[in-house]
Amino acid sequence: MSFLLMPDPVAARRFFLGRSGSLLSGAAVALLAGKPALAAQAGASAGDAQILNTALGAELEAIAAYQVGAESQLLQKPALDLALLFQGHHKEHAELLARTIEKLGGKPVAAKSKYSFPVEQLKSQADVLRFAAGLEQGAVSAYLGAVPLFGNRDLAKAAASILGDEAMHWAALRQALGMPPVPTAFVA
Amino acid sequence: MSAAHAALAAALSLCSVAGASAAADAAHGEQVYSRCLACHALAYDRVGPHHCGLFGRIAGSVPGFDYSPAMKNAHITWNDKTLDRFLAAPTQTVPGTKMTYDGVPDAKDRQDLIAYLKGASRSAACVH
Repeated sequence: MSFLLMPDPVAARRFFLGRSGSLLSGAAVALLAGKPALAAQAGASAGDAQILNTALGAELEAIAAYQVGAESQLLQKPALDLALLFQGHHKEHAELLARTIEKLGGKPVAAKSKYSFPVEQLKSQADVLRFAAGLEQGAVSAYLGAVPLFGNRDLAKAAASILGDEAMHWAALRQALGMPPVPTAFVA
Repeated sequence: MSAAHAALAAALSLCSVAGASAAADAAHGEQVYSRCLACHALAYDRVGPHHCGLFGRIAGSVPGFDYSPAMKNAHITWNDKTLDRFLAAPTQTVPGTKMTYDGVPDAKDRQDLIAYLKGASRSAACVH
């Protein structure tokens, strides 16, 4: 049963958070943060750090986008909880990416002081969810396009782990919009 | 030339003609553009630069955008041909680009994407 179809919002929130709180935690953290000698591993390169930095920039922007959505007063529970949960995932991604870039000898990009979002087009909860879904879909494609470029296979695996998480975000947002959550057998 | 070679050449020729004459599908190109939405928007800069005004623009020239040195020095003017080449393999076309993306491998997808971008850059979203 979808949490979105549950009549009691408190129960729906508990149901959703109880099942999704640890979606990403294991694999990527173990792959990256637990390897202090990552920079010395064969295959890791300045190119890998650049790939991670581009991803970090997108993650930081996603965090800001979800903040705009959360503060818009257009989201009601449980959609608001969904947005905050996904924002939390993006924060975890960003923290991990930044630490890894530093281990590779790079300098993590910082969050911008100001982001541009089409706030004038966000007039309803559905508008916010549709905007977020578009960002998540793009994130899936961005990670998919980054995975083959890594010199280090552990980094590629970690990026694929983040890709999986963001694909679930995209699916959940589509479900919340009343769309088929998984529209195709493959992503591009 | 053997008969087999002649047949192959004829087939390749037909394929080439068919490929060249296939109409670009901007509606499909908009779907392909959804792959770009983690980093790009038409009207404003994000992780990547905005796409309004892309055609005829010199690579690395959007004021205020933090490009890689590689893109600043790429000496590319964006048009159908240069976009097609770059989108096929960004990191090979401009080594050092921050657009660390493997590319759009399908030529028809690229053709449609470029058609969409061309139309979108003249749309209301790009009129300030």
